[in-house]
Amino acid sequence: MSTTVSQLDKVKTGRWSGGRSPFDVEYGKIMMWFFLVSDAFTFSSFLVYYGTQRFAHLTWPDPDKVFQSVPFIADSGYPLVFVGIMTFILIMSSVTMVLAVEAGHRNAKKEVVGWMIATIIGGLMFVGCQALEWTHLHHQGFWWGSIPYQEGVSPAETLAPYFTNGISEVSAQQFANLFFTITGFHGFHVSVGILLNIIVLGMTLANTFERRGTYLMIEKVGLYWHFVDLVWVFVFTFFYLV
Amino acid sequence: MAHHEGMTKGKIWRVFFYLLAITALEFFIALVLVHGGIIAKGLAVNVVYILLTLLKAYYIVAYFMHLKFETFGFIMSTTVVLIFVVYLIVLMLTEGAYMKSHFNPFSFWPST
Repeated sequence: MSTTVSQLDKVKTGRWSGGRSPFDVEYGKIMMWFFLVSDAFTFSSFLVYYGTQRFAHLTWPDPDKVFQSVPFIADSGYPLVFVGIMTFILIMSSVTMVLAVEAGHRNAKKEVVGWMIATIIGGLMFVGCQALEWTHLHHQGFWWGSIPYQEGVSPAETLAPYFTNGISEVSAQQFANLFFTITGFHGFHVSVGILLNIIVLGMTLANTFERRGTYLMIEKVGLYWHFVDLVWVFVFTFFYLV
Repeated sequence: MAHHEGMTKGKIWRVFFYLLAITALEFFIALVLVHGGIIAKGLAVNVVYILLTLLKAYYIVAYFMHLKFETFGFIMSTTVVLIFVVYLIVLMLTEGAYMKSHFNPFSFWPST
């Protein structure tokens, strides 16, 4: 009698051989990832369209001239400074979020609460900065469907402060529409993120995760929050730097 | 769920430092090199900006979103589809070049 097991009867132990979770990721987290992938497509479409418009026009508003104010400090002359502050705030809040996740792994409730509060404050500061930025541009005359206009002055003259090379009304309008749409959509995401953060903070305080034995929900919301930061990295490059 | 490898506090701050350093480099290029007139705004600078942006994106996704520590199958199922974004960029560059050469002269505001 042979004691060797036939190849067919051998129990397979591979990741995909059944009996185990092949991705080793919890269902809700997978779904969050897949949602983020689809959201990445939405943002990509927006940004690629922005790129197309900019590439297709012979002239485009110069970001260094459109964005050069620092609210409450200077009305003009400081390109990139204010957006630099915003970028720093968002990266910082991403770090506090990841620290909250790390504290969650250790089931350290107090630390989770602390870092979540920091993250929420960072998010609120960012949205506040964005509101200031929008207000500034709106006062200058930029909005969906409108660009700076002065009675009796030629559009070329009115728009001159925003362009370096040629001046185009069409470009200015495209720029305004896309700026408010894309940063608005991003700001909406940040606002939703703040709301989710507040909800999980409440759940942490109510000991929901302590009773559940896992702080996985912090991780899922964290994924969303990092994604918002990720999108901003691209918005920052394509709207302000390039 | 077992977490084999996590982000320690030290690692988190290190990644934060990298992100900050890359952003600082972008600011250096924009404010010192481009505004200072050392290099001209154009394709070369934009390529550098985009590469730095992608590097930042890598650090955020790989470390902050923890994707680097997931299984190979999961990494593939979340990243490979983004090839369609690359495809869209190629398509829109083609389309944009067409628009630029055909439509623009008519909508161009003559500068004074």
